[in-house]
Amino acid sequence: MTDYNFAYLDEQTKRMIRRAILKALAVPGHQVPFASREMPMPYGWGTGGVQVSAACLVPEDRLKVIDQGADDTTNAVSIRRFFEKTAGVATTGRTSEATLIQTRHRIPEEPLTRDQILVYQVPIPEPLRFLEPRETETRKMHALEEYGLVHVKLYEDIARHGQIATSYAYPVKVEGRYVMDPSPIPKFDNPKLESEAIQLFGAGREQRIHALPPHCQVVSLDFEDHPFEASKADHDCDLCGSGTSYLDEVIVDDAGGRMFVCSDTDYCETRRGAGHLGRLAATRQEDAA
Amino acid sequence: MYVAVKGGERAIENAHAWLAEERRGDPSVPELSLAQIREQMALAVNRVMAEGSLYDPDLAALAIKQARGDLIEAIFLIRAYRTTLPRLGASVPVETANMRCDRRISATFKDAPGGQVLGPTFDYTHRLLDFKLAAEGEVPAAAKAAAPQSGPVPHITDFLNRDGLIQAEERHDATPPDLTREPLEFPANRALRLQSLTRGDEGFVLGMAYSTQRGYARNHAFVGELRIGRVPVEMEIPELGFSIEIGEVELTECETVNQFAGSKTEPAQFTRGYGLVFGQTERKAISMALVDRALRWRELGEDNLGAPAQDEEFVLSHADNIQATGFLEHIKLPHYVDFQSELELVRRLRAEAEAAAQEAAE
Repeated sequence: MTDYNFAYLDEQTKRMIRRAILKALAVPGHQVPFASREMPMPYGWGTGGVQVSAACLVPEDRLKVIDQGADDTTNAVSIRRFFEKTAGVATTGRTSEATLIQTRHRIPEEPLTRDQILVYQVPIPEPLRFLEPRETETRKMHALEEYGLVHVKLYEDIARHGQIATSYAYPVKVEGRYVMDPSPIPKFDNPKLESEAIQLFGAGREQRIHALPPHCQVVSLDFEDHPFEASKADHDCDLCGSGTSYLDEVIVDDAGGRMFVCSDTDYCETRRGAGHLGRLAATRQEDAA
Repeated sequence: MYVAVKGGERAIENAHAWLAEERRGDPSVPELSLAQIREQMALAVNRVMAEGSLYDPDLAALAIKQARGDLIEAIFLIRAYRTTLPRLGASVPVETANMRCDRRISATFKDAPGGQVLGPTFDYTHRLLDFKLAAEGEVPAAAKAAAPQSGPVPHITDFLNRDGLIQAEERHDATPPDLTREPLEFPANRALRLQSLTRGDEGFVLGMAYSTQRGYARNHAFVGELRIGRVPVEMEIPELGFSIEIGEVELTECETVNQFAGSKTEPAQFTRGYGLVFGQTERKAISMALVDRALRWRELGEDNLGAPAQDEEFVLSHADNIQATGFLEHIKLPHYVDFQSELELVRRLRAEAEAAAQEAAE
């Protein structure tokens, strides 16, 4: 494709996005408005992440795109192909080989390094949005550090259900200042938000970018008597046997049969490649044969 | 054994191929040409240009063809194309008083200088299916005006303005903000609101306008004037030092005359709402004027009645159909990671509740 600039966006637009990214890194957890462009994929399908990735990509990059932890879900395929076509960068499925990873709803299991950038697709960047629908109000609340409402919501959860009933997009406090929505990752992934890698969050439709610089302090909100807990299905992966990775539940027959598999496909494959086998690994290999 | 669907890449390719085939339809039926769409589906073309914010009838026709007639999809194609275009400059503001009007009506005066021109309107047609059209016959030529319009047609609201009967708009030459180059932030000024409304979804803006008519911040609007026609677009060329005409665009302009503001100290005056939209799009232009008027409550010293159409943040944040349809349709994408975490939470809550109930029974 020669009709479009490297990585689709024109250089002026990239510069504008980079300025927003730098500001976001300088004020961790703060949502920086940016003039989001209409992209050739729909809003809600990762336009924010795509713009942030486009602004960060250089020709030497090796890109990985995941959706729900997997490289081969349709939208991950679509976004990866978009950058193959418009930027001509190398792509990979291996977390360790990637220099830039665009993700939706997951953080890879394998710890990221200082040479990597993780770009999140963000639907609603405002952690206070469902408590207060008005942007003018929520901006004021952030400015005044007025976060009582979030704690009231979490408290109401406990009063009603006996525990905090937020299982994904679990709010965090960054460097003791801004309350941030980590995008709809399962709360299992929250501890991984403290990372060596740069983490950038792009919300295209809502025109906001926020960021976590490396080694930034990220604390999941909780109460002393109801501490935060990173939960997952109480099983091991049926393919690779991992007892510590986040699992997807797959319905396998009409009789209530189900299996649990790693949502991070690269992690699971790497483990199986190294000889780790789960409960159903053998039957699956028969199927494949 | 079933394991999460693989082969997304091939599935996407096959889906695209099937879509292309469906778009073409039965190959024994002749294919639509862009010229046919442009000429015979002109109002669809107009809507795509207006909400796509790009005045190019041929590209709009192409988008409609590619989108299989789904106008929001066509608008999306135009928007995505538009963002990639370089900005060469800005035109001189168009002067709608110089419009060559195909249609110009006023609901407030029986007649006015320039006259009432009904133009090509559905207004007084009887909505009966015309089966003759199914036979693909030629239509007889319409009558031509004896004398074509000569000179500018003054705006009706100017007559009211002369007598101080309608609130005067302050003239200012500040460059308006550009919604497509700056993030939308609140409060928005009127220029930004109008920009958002003119590219907003026709159905949404219509619904908002209708709600004001039904009492949610009623501002009783008269159509002071509705005009449709072509205006020249001029651009300053720095090398020349003067502006030259670079083309013309068809516009629909609606000025409403609304119920008055006034107090003991200030005499009563009519107020205004304004709509300006690409192409012949009068439903949209009238709707826009009503919503514009409702959003001006603060500036005109009215009460906030809590009506949706008065709420700038509500209206502007939800008027864009490309944003709306994208976010709405994205829930088709896989969400099984989040769903899994909810599933576990619900199971855990249920287990705890059951255990508690059992304990209580024992």
